[in-house]
Amino acid sequence: MKEAVIKTENLTKRFGDFIATNALTLEVYTGEIFGFLGANGAGKTTAMRMLCGLSIPSSGNATIAGYDVYRETERIKKNIGYMSQKFSLYEDLTVLENIRFFGGIYGLSDDEIARKSDALITQLGLQNEAKKLVSGLPLGWKQKLSFSVAVLHQPKIVFLDEPTGGVDPVTRRQFWNLIYDAAEKGVTVFVTTHYMDEAEYCNRVSIMVDGKIEALDTPHNLKKKFNAFSMDEVFYQLARGAQRAE
Amino acid sequence: MRAIKFLLQKEFRQIFRNRSILAMILVMPVMQLIILPLAANYEVKNINLSVVDHDHSSYSQKMITKIISSGYFRLTGYNRSYGEAFHLIESDEADVILEIPDGFERNLIREDEQKLLVAVNAINGVKANLGGAYLASIIRDYNQEIRIDFLQNNRFNVIPTIDVTSSNWFNPNLNYQVYMVPGILAVLVTMIGGFLTALNIVKEKEAGTIEQINVTPIRKHHFILGKLIPFWVLGNIVFTIGLLVAWLIYGIIPVGSLALLYGFVSIYLLAVLGLGLLVSTFCETQQQAMFIMFFFMMIFILLGGLFTAIDSMPEWAQVVTRFNPVSYLITVMRMVILKGSTFQDVAPHLGIIALFAIGLNGWAIVNYKKAS
Amino acid sequence: MKQLRIFIRKEFAHVLRDRKTLLILFGMPVVQILIFGFALTNEVKNSKILVVDHARDIASQQLVAQIEASRYFEIEKTAWNQQQIERGFHEGQIKMAIVIPVNFGQELMHQNDVQVQLIADASDPNLATTLINYASSVIQDYQLQVNETTKIPYRIIPETRMLYNPQLKGAHNFVPGVMALVLMLVCVMMTAVSIVKEKEAGTMEILLVSPFKPILVILSKAIPYLLLSLVNVTSILLLSVFLLDLPVHGSIVLLFAESTLFIITCLSLGIFISVKTDSQQTAMLISLMGMLLPTILFSGFMFPIENMPVPLQILTNIIPAKWYYIIVKSIMIKGLGIASIWKETLILAGITVFLLVISIKSFKIRLA
Repeated sequence: MKEAVIKTENLTKRFGDFIATNALTLEVYTGEIFGFLGANGAGKTTAMRMLCGLSIPSSGNATIAGYDVYRETERIKKNIGYMSQKFSLYEDLTVLENIRFFGGIYGLSDDEIARKSDALITQLGLQNEAKKLVSGLPLGWKQKLSFSVAVLHQPKIVFLDEPTGGVDPVTRRQFWNLIYDAAEKGVTVFVTTHYMDEAEYCNRVSIMVDGKIEALDTPHNLKKKFNAFSMDEVFYQLARGAQRAE
Repeated sequence: MRAIKFLLQKEFRQIFRNRSILAMILVMPVMQLIILPLAANYEVKNINLSVVDHDHSSYSQKMITKIISSGYFRLTGYNRSYGEAFHLIESDEADVILEIPDGFERNLIREDEQKLLVAVNAINGVKANLGGAYLASIIRDYNQEIRIDFLQNNRFNVIPTIDVTSSNWFNPNLNYQVYMVPGILAVLVTMIGGFLTALNIVKEKEAGTIEQINVTPIRKHHFILGKLIPFWVLGNIVFTIGLLVAWLIYGIIPVGSLALLYGFVSIYLLAVLGLGLLVSTFCETQQQAMFIMFFFMMIFILLGGLFTAIDSMPEWAQVVTRFNPVSYLITVMRMVILKGSTFQDVAPHLGIIALFAIGLNGWAIVNYKKAS
Repeated sequence: MKQLRIFIRKEFAHVLRDRKTLLILFGMPVVQILIFGFALTNEVKNSKILVVDHARDIASQQLVAQIEASRYFEIEKTAWNQQQIERGFHEGQIKMAIVIPVNFGQELMHQNDVQVQLIADASDPNLATTLINYASSVIQDYQLQVNETTKIPYRIIPETRMLYNPQLKGAHNFVPGVMALVLMLVCVMMTAVSIVKEKEAGTMEILLVSPFKPILVILSKAIPYLLLSLVNVTSILLLSVFLLDLPVHGSIVLLFAESTLFIITCLSLGIFISVKTDSQQTAMLISLMGMLLPTILFSGFMFPIENMPVPLQILTNIIPAKWYYIIVKSIMIKGLGIASIWKETLILAGITVFLLVISIKSFKIRLA
């Protein structure tokens, strides 16, 4: 039984004359890893910010975890986690302090926070760094930490905006293991990426060109449809016609 | 409410971890309170006087001696002609020229009347005004003295005179620092509170961490309270340090009640922090926030009555000062610290500041958006 | 030279794109001139006073009327007992009280001697002194009127001439100061911050790996601010002349030349700060705390330098704004020429060369 946790209908965002996201319609199902692809400037981040309640849509409808993006943004926020493109934990706090802070903000009890931060630090192998400032961590670890903080309160959905930009393949692999772990626990993962090998890891992917979704299916079906060997080729065929780039 | 606890914990950690901000909060007020009143000294003394004495009589000599011994004037030139003395004014070596005409003594005795020329470099209006007034009053005294001598000798009919006695309350020694210190403390508390709050939130915008906060279910007013409380506490600490410095270095002990002072500052800080918050909601970068705060602070401080009396300002400027929170704090600080004014005396000011606090914070909360 | 042009164009684009900052850059001098020119008069007038008239006779009423008529005083209220003086001071409504004794008129006419007491709120010492002086002279005038019929022996009449600024306007003193202040702010802070910003963003590295000479990179940063500052100088001068009726007695060309020199001094200071710091916040704090406050305090335009303790007086000599302030005052208001200010000009030039040499040296060291 497929249950949609994200449902959008003609979701549109305009900035003046510029239509960043044009009539976005899609459904994402519980426990799914959904890849949200597109070239730079295609409108991915804008779409994701609308789904997270950071940006108010210009028109169209959407529900996240059953809540409306216009009226119930604060309810939505209890049920989602978000990891932005730019590292956005506090650099001048330690690893442990960051975990505790966000745990507290999401209303976890002291017990839960203590238990979860221990588990998290062990899982990430950060025992020696727990009391060090985040600013000193390598990028890869920062990103793993951001992800773990984003799913700390066991949200229904986690939004990841280019979570693995600028890190080495090994770390990327480790990062995806974290994603799989979360998905297995029933968290729906909504992820944007530029790495086409990562697209292959997703259950389904959509490809956005100039603010519109041009394709949406499993990687396997897409490759068949575009008569391609890899997602790379699929992406290239769709995105080369793009009018706008960053 | 639990969220506030976590926010506060985080803010305090960040503040205490950032050495440069901590130094700015703790060392800067002390330094400024020590240096500023020394430098910002408007006491008019050491006026450089150049004398052109064409008379060289005993009367003229006595008068010059009297002027110099008053302590306000320093004889920096004794010239033969006005033109020569004027060169000293041009090169800033003299502030005032006193020209005593030839026949000064003779005319005074024969014709009972003699004019003197006093020329003041009036580019700096205050100094000119006070300097001129001092010189006039010394000459007036001297005039009185020689007249009494003369009257005693002649047994002339006595003329009705009004003796003016004056007393200076609250600051009998006319110490200018006593006046400046409470005002400067008011400005420091304002700057620390306003700048830090504005910069703090904009810094979170620049770093992107505010996004991460905005996707959490945290309530808007919780977040804002979490930002206000730490800086409110810091403002009070700075104020306490300031009072200590005023006491240890300048020996100023508030005449009025400390509780009243703290009560007023507490509410005032809410207003200033509200302003900082409001500015931060309009700005994207720290540079912008800094400039905008600087712009407001400059106007607030200049029109706050710190250096020049508000009563002497033109009508429109006085209207502007009514919308200037800093002017209320400066006034109240001086009233309570120097004069011992009571709650009844400052109640109107307190009411207005409370309105500022509510208005600015309300506006900031409305303007702070979690989504764009 | 073509490269330089491209770079300067880029810098202009940066400066002109940030509307909020730009508005403040140009708005600042205008607002300052308005405030300093109109609001901050040191002139004392309409001071509220309290009259305690124990006599209530014709003479005392004449005296009160005379005081009321002067533009210095505004009689807030009349009281019959002394307690009300203290209340008035505490509430902050009045600045001075005049106490006229019982039998004022009688004693004045018959015993020829009577005392009037002036009580001032000396929490502001200068205001207190000024008010007492004014009140004394009003009383003196009244006394002269009373004595009109009798001829007073031995009268010395000082005739006071206020040179350069007969109306004692604040502007004569403040406008040169505001010029120094604004130039300091625009040049030091903006150059420092904009260079450090490129360092923070890492774009400085890109510029430095380009075939463009590093010195030209810095130069192209400075030129837009030089031009902006000259615009500000012009607008301050226009406002001063047309709005504040301030004279420009000396040579305009000389004034602009000296201003350009001072702007270059400020730019070198900004460059110096940017070479030494790595974060925008530090650069801002140093420019603001380290440059702006000293400019206000130690240039002599707000507070007389000779009143300061000797160590601070010595310190004022290294503040470029002090020299510029003297130069502007001399040219604009006193109408002096280069012959009178060559010393100050030389000092400014010296400071500039010194700063530039140090900056270039440390800049090279950093590259190595």
